[in-house]
Amino acid sequence: MTPDLVGGLESPDYASHDRAAHEPYTPVFTGDVKRELDELLSHYPTKMAALLPALWIVQRERGWVSDEGMEEVSGLLELTPAYVKGVVTFYTMYHQHPVGKYFIQVCTTSPCGICGAEDVVKAFLRHTNAGELGITSPDGRFTVIEVECLGACGFATPVMVNEEFIESVSPEKVPDLIARLA
Amino acid sequence: MGYPNQPHQRETPVLSRYFGDAEARSLEGWKKRGGYKALEKALGMAPADIVTVVKESGLRGRGGAGFPTGMKWSFMKPGDGRPHYLCCNADESEPGTFKDRELMRWTPHALVEGCAIGAYAIGAETAYIYIRGEFTEPLYWMEQAVKEAYAAGIIGKNAMGSGKRVDVYVHKGAGAYICGEETALMNSLEGRRGNPRIKPPFPAVSGVFGMPTTINNVETLIAAAPILMNGADWYRKMSLSNPKSTGTKLFSVCGNVQRPGTYEVVMGFPFKEFLYDLCGGPPHGRKFKAVIPGGASVPIQTLEEAEATLMDYEGFVAQGSMLGSGGVIVIDDAQSMVSVIARIARFFAHESCAQCTQCREGTAWTTKIMERIRDGQGTIEDMDTLLDIAEQMTGKTICVLSDSCAVPVVSGINKFRSEFEALIQGRRFHPVVAAVA
Repeated sequence: MTPDLVGGLESPDYASHDRAAHEPYTPVFTGDVKRELDELLSHYPTKMAALLPALWIVQRERGWVSDEGMEEVSGLLELTPAYVKGVVTFYTMYHQHPVGKYFIQVCTTSPCGICGAEDVVKAFLRHTNAGELGITSPDGRFTVIEVECLGACGFATPVMVNEEFIESVSPEKVPDLIARLA
Repeated sequence: MGYPNQPHQRETPVLSRYFGDAEARSLEGWKKRGGYKALEKALGMAPADIVTVVKESGLRGRGGAGFPTGMKWSFMKPGDGRPHYLCCNADESEPGTFKDRELMRWTPHALVEGCAIGAYAIGAETAYIYIRGEFTEPLYWMEQAVKEAYAAGIIGKNAMGSGKRVDVYVHKGAGAYICGEETALMNSLEGRRGNPRIKPPFPAVSGVFGMPTTINNVETLIAAAPILMNGADWYRKMSLSNPKSTGTKLFSVCGNVQRPGTYEVVMGFPFKEFLYDLCGGPPHGRKFKAVIPGGASVPIQTLEEAEATLMDYEGFVAQGSMLGSGGVIVIDDAQSMVSVIARIARFFAHESCAQCTQCREGTAWTTKIMERIRDGQGTIEDMDTLLDIAEQMTGKTICVLSDSCAVPVVSGINKFRSEFEALIQGRRFHPVVAAVA
C-alpha cells in the first residue's frame, strides 16, 4: 500500500471470503479475538454497547456478517439474534452477504456530484467489469456501489476501497487504481 | 489554514495551525507544540471554574446548532452520585463538511486533550469519541493518539498524576448519517438502531446509558484548550461583526471553486472576500451562482445574498441561511439547481431512519418529484406539491432530518423558480444566473 493513501493502514484481505458462504460456520470469537472483545467490553457499562464493535470484528474476520455471525454475537452479548439482525440492517456498512475482494464505494452526494462523480462511477463500472452497481464482477474481485457523503467533499471524488480511503479520484485515474489492486 | 492549499495570510489558524504537519500527530510532536499544557492547567482548576472560562469566552457549538458551550456544560450537576458521560460527536456526515476529519487526522492529540478537559469540567470520568465508520484514516490516528496518551499516563486512572480518572474511548460507527443527531448517537453507542429519541428528557438529565451526558462536536472540544491557555478575553475579542459570535471557525469549502479546502477565519469575516480571495473564485470561465454555506441542510443562498454575508451565526441568518456546520458548497453557473436539489433530497431519503411518517414518506416523495422535474417529466403543480410536502415535514418530527430535507427544496423553489419552470416547460437546462428572490 502506498503511504499517500491511509498512512500504511492495512486493508483486510477479502480473498478468502468468496468461499465463506458455502463453508460450515466456525466461531469468530476464540483466542486473541475473544480477548479483544473482552477488552472492548471493559469500555462500557453494558454488554449491549459492544454490539457495533463486535459486528465490526465479525466483518473484519469473515468479510461479511452472516446470520451465524449475528447469532454468535448475540450469545456473547446476551441479546436475541433478532435484535442483533435489527441493528445490523440499520447500518449501511455491515455486509449482509459476501462482496467482491475489493469493495469499492464512490461518493456521489451533491458536492461530489457537481464535481463529476457520476463519471467516476461509470469509469469504475467499466474498468472492473462489474457492469452494474452492487453486482460483483464475474471474477469475484470487484463490487462497486454509490455511497452517500464520505465527508471529504473538498477532495472530490473520494473513493473507499475496503478500508482504504482514496482522495481526488478522477475518471482518468481509475485504470491505474484498478491495476494497482490486481 | 486552507489545507491542502498554502495558508492564506488573511486566515487566523488556531485549531488548524498544524494541518499538514505530520509530526504533530505523535505525542512527542504534540507536546513539542505546547500540547497537554491546557489539560495540565485544567486538572489544577475547579471544574466550575473551567465552565466559567468557557462561558465567558462566548464559545458556541461548532456542530451546527451553535448552542453556547459553557451553558451546556453547566447543565451537568456535579455530585449527583451518578456517572456522567461526555460524548464527542465525530460522526461528521453533513454533505459539504470535512473539517473534523482534518482536525482528527492531523491533530488527534488535540481532540484527546479536548475530551479530557471537557470530561473533567462536567464531572465525567468517561469520554466516548463516536467516529463515523467511513473515516478510516481519522480512526487510525485517533486510536494511536489514545493509545499513546494512556501509555504516558495522560489519561486513565490517574490523569497526569492529578489523582483524577479520565478515560477516553474511540467508538466506530457503521454508516448512518442520522447518528450525528445527538440522541441517535447515544442510541447507537448503546448498541441500538440509531433512531433519535424524543426530548425531553434532555441528555444532561438522561443521556447515554440513562446517565447525565454532554455531547460536543470535535471542533468545539478542541477549541477549549486554547481558550484555557489564552483566556476568555483573547477568544472573545476574535469577532469581526456580532459580539455573540466569537473566536475562529473552520470552514470546509467544496464544489465549483478554485481552491477547495479547510479554512480558519475569525467570526464575522466577509464571505465575499472569503469566496473570491481565499478560495480563489470560480473555476476558469465560470461564474458562481449559489452557495449552500452550512452543509446540505441549510437554506441555499443566491450569490447576492452570499456576497453580502458576514460569516458568523447571525450574519448567515441575516442573509437567508445558517452557519450550520461550516460546510460551504459552492455551485457555479454550469450546474442545474434542480439536479443539485434532487440529489440532496435523495441523500436525505436514503438517510431517514424512517421512524416518523412525515420524514419517511416526505423525503421519499420529495425525491421522486424532484427527480421527475429534473428529467423533464414534471408539472407546474409539482412545485406546489413540493412546498405542501415541505410544510408537512417541518417541525413535526422527532429530529430535524425531515426539516433538513425540506429546507433546500423550499429555498430552491423560492430563489431559483425559473430553473424549475424551464425544465417543466420542456426547455433544456441553460445555465442562467439566479433571479433574486
